[in-house]
Amino acid sequence: MAPQNAHPNAELLEQSAIKGRSLWDDARARLMRNRAAVTSMVILGLLVLLAIVGPYVWPHNHATIYRDAVWLPPTFENLHIFGTDAQGRDLFARVLIGLRMSLAVGVVATSVSLAIGVLWGATAGFVGGRLDQFMMRIVDILYSLPFIFFVIILMVVFGRNIILIFVAIGAVEWLTMARIVRGQTIALRGMEFVEAAEAAGVSRLSIIQRHIVPNVLGPVVVYATLTIPVVILAESFLSFLGLGVQEPLTSLGRLIAYGAQDMEVAWWTLIWPGATMMLTLFCFNFIGDGLRDAIDPKDR
Amino acid sequence: MFGYILRRLLVAIPTILIIITVAFFMMRAAPGSPFDTERPMPEEVRRNVEAHFGIDRPLHEQYFNYMRDLAQFDFGPSLKFRDKTVSEIIAEGFPVSATIGALSIALAIFMGSILGSLAALRQNRPADFGVMGLAMVGITIPPFVMGPVLALTLGLYLGWLPTGGLDPRLGMTPDRLILPVVTLALPQIAIISRLMRASMIEVLRSNYIRTAHAKGLPSRVVITRHALRAAVLPLVSYLGPASAALVTGSIVIEQVFQLPGIGRQFVTAALQRDYTVVMGVVILYATLIITLNLLADLLYGVLNPKVRYE
Repeated sequence: MAPQNAHPNAELLEQSAIKGRSLWDDARARLMRNRAAVTSMVILGLLVLLAIVGPYVWPHNHATIYRDAVWLPPTFENLHIFGTDAQGRDLFARVLIGLRMSLAVGVVATSVSLAIGVLWGATAGFVGGRLDQFMMRIVDILYSLPFIFFVIILMVVFGRNIILIFVAIGAVEWLTMARIVRGQTIALRGMEFVEAAEAAGVSRLSIIQRHIVPNVLGPVVVYATLTIPVVILAESFLSFLGLGVQEPLTSLGRLIAYGAQDMEVAWWTLIWPGATMMLTLFCFNFIGDGLRDAIDPKDR
Repeated sequence: MFGYILRRLLVAIPTILIIITVAFFMMRAAPGSPFDTERPMPEEVRRNVEAHFGIDRPLHEQYFNYMRDLAQFDFGPSLKFRDKTVSEIIAEGFPVSATIGALSIALAIFMGSILGSLAALRQNRPADFGVMGLAMVGITIPPFVMGPVLALTLGLYLGWLPTGGLDPRLGMTPDRLILPVVTLALPQIAIISRLMRASMIEVLRSNYIRTAHAKGLPSRVVITRHALRAAVLPLVSYLGPASAALVTGSIVIEQVFQLPGIGRQFVTAALQRDYTVVMGVVILYATLIITLNLLADLLYGVLNPKVRYE
C-alpha cells in the first residue's frame, strides 16, 4: 500500500524529504510483532503452495485406485504417508486436492461477498436517506433468515455445480460486510478532514480515492480475512451433507464425511482431512485477529 | 412497546410470505420429481399419482391451492411417506431437534458466561490465555469434525457413551443426548465466552464499578451484583443469531449421531423432492427464527432500561 494514500499530509511530507510513517507502516510493524499471526502466515503460505504445486509433484494421483491397498494405514512404503481410503486411493493426494478446492472456495466466495457487500454498503452509506433505510431494512430481514435452507434447496435445484457453490455461499455471506462498509462510510462522511478537503475544492472523485477508500479498506480487509474461514466451513458443511463438489473432485468436507463413515475401521481417513481443515481455519482466524489488532489498535 | 411489537410483526408476515413463495418455486424448479424411482413407473400410474396429489395442475394453481391449505394450517401430505402428513412428520421430529437445541443453548450460555467472566477477571494471565485459546479451538473445529471425533474417542474407544441413535424403547435418554448436545454447544460456548470476556472487561473499567470497589464492597459482590448484570446484555442480543446457528448445526448433528430430528428429514426430503416436507420445515424454521429474534430484542429492552421502543 502506497503510504501517501492514507496520510492527509502526504505531499507535504514528501516535499520535506522526510520519509513519513503512514498508518499502514505502523500497522505492518504491529502485525509483524504479533507472533501468532506471523506464524500463521508462514504456515498458510506453505499450505497454499502445497495445494497449488502438490498435486503435480506428488507421485500418486487423487483418483487412482490401488485395488490391493484398501484402507492402508499411514506408511512410508509406496509413500502412502496418510494411508489410503475405502477404495484404495492415496489419502495425501486427496487431501491436497481437497485443500485446493477449499482454499479456492474460500477466496472466490469471499470475493463475491466482498463485491456485493462493499457495493451495497457504500451505496447505502453515500446516498443516505430513504434509500439507505430501505437497503438496510432488507439486510436486517435477510439476516434473520435460515439461509442454509435456501443454499441446500439451491444445490438441489441446480445440481452440484462448483461455480454455483461459489456464488451461493458468497451471496449469503455479504450481509455483515455491507453493514460494516455502510457504517464506516457514514462515519467518514462527517469527518473534519473530509469536510476540509471539500472546502479546499478537492474533487469528489479524489476525496473518494484519497480519503474514503483507504479508510474503509482497513475494516474491509480484516473482515474479508475473517470471512474466508466462514466460507470454507460453509462449503465443507454442504460437502459433508453430500451436496457440495462431486467425485472425482473432492473437498475437505467431503473427505471428512467419508472419514466419519469409516472411522471405526480407519481412523486416519477422518483425522488427516480434519486436521488439515483445522490448521487452515486456525491460520485464517489468527491472521484476521492479528490484522484487526494491527489496523484498529483501539479495539484491543 | 406494544406499537413496536406490532410493527415487527407487520414486517414478519410479508417476510414469511416471501420465504414461502421463493421456497415453493425454487423447489418446483428443481429437476426430477418425487415419483422418480429406480424403475420408471408406468405412464398411467404416474399420471394417477400426480393427479392424486394435485401436482399435475399448472404451477400457479398449485401455489394458490397450497397457500389456501396453509391458511388453515394444513401442510398437506408427504409425497414420499405414504399415509403421513407433513404435520405428523414434523411432530415426530421436532421434539428431538428442539430438546437438543434448547439444551445446547442453555449449556452454551452457562459455560460461555462463566468462562468469559473468568478470562476477563484474569485478563492477560494464564487463565485468560487458556480460555481464549480454547475458544479459538472451539470456533475452528466444525461440528462435523468434532462430532465424529468425540464419538470415536468417548464412544468407541473408551465405551463411555453410546455413539448414535435413540434408545429403541425409551427414546431420548440422557446418555444418548450428551454427545450431540455438547458437540452442538461447543462452537457457541466459544463465541459466547469471547463476547462475555469483551463485555466484562468493558464493564469492569466503568465508573460505577470503581465506585462500588471504593465504597468497600467485597469483590465477589461487585462482580456478581454489579458487573455481571451489565455484562450479559450483549449476550442477549446474540441470542437471535445463536438460534439460527443452532438450527444450521442441528442438521449436521442429526446426521452425525443418526438422530430422527427434522434437520435430517429436511436434507433427505430435499434430495427426494418431497416438496411438501421441505416447505413445511422451511416455514417452521423461518417462523421460529423470526420469533426468537423478536423475543431476544424484547428481552434486551426489558433488561436494558436505556432502550426505549417507540
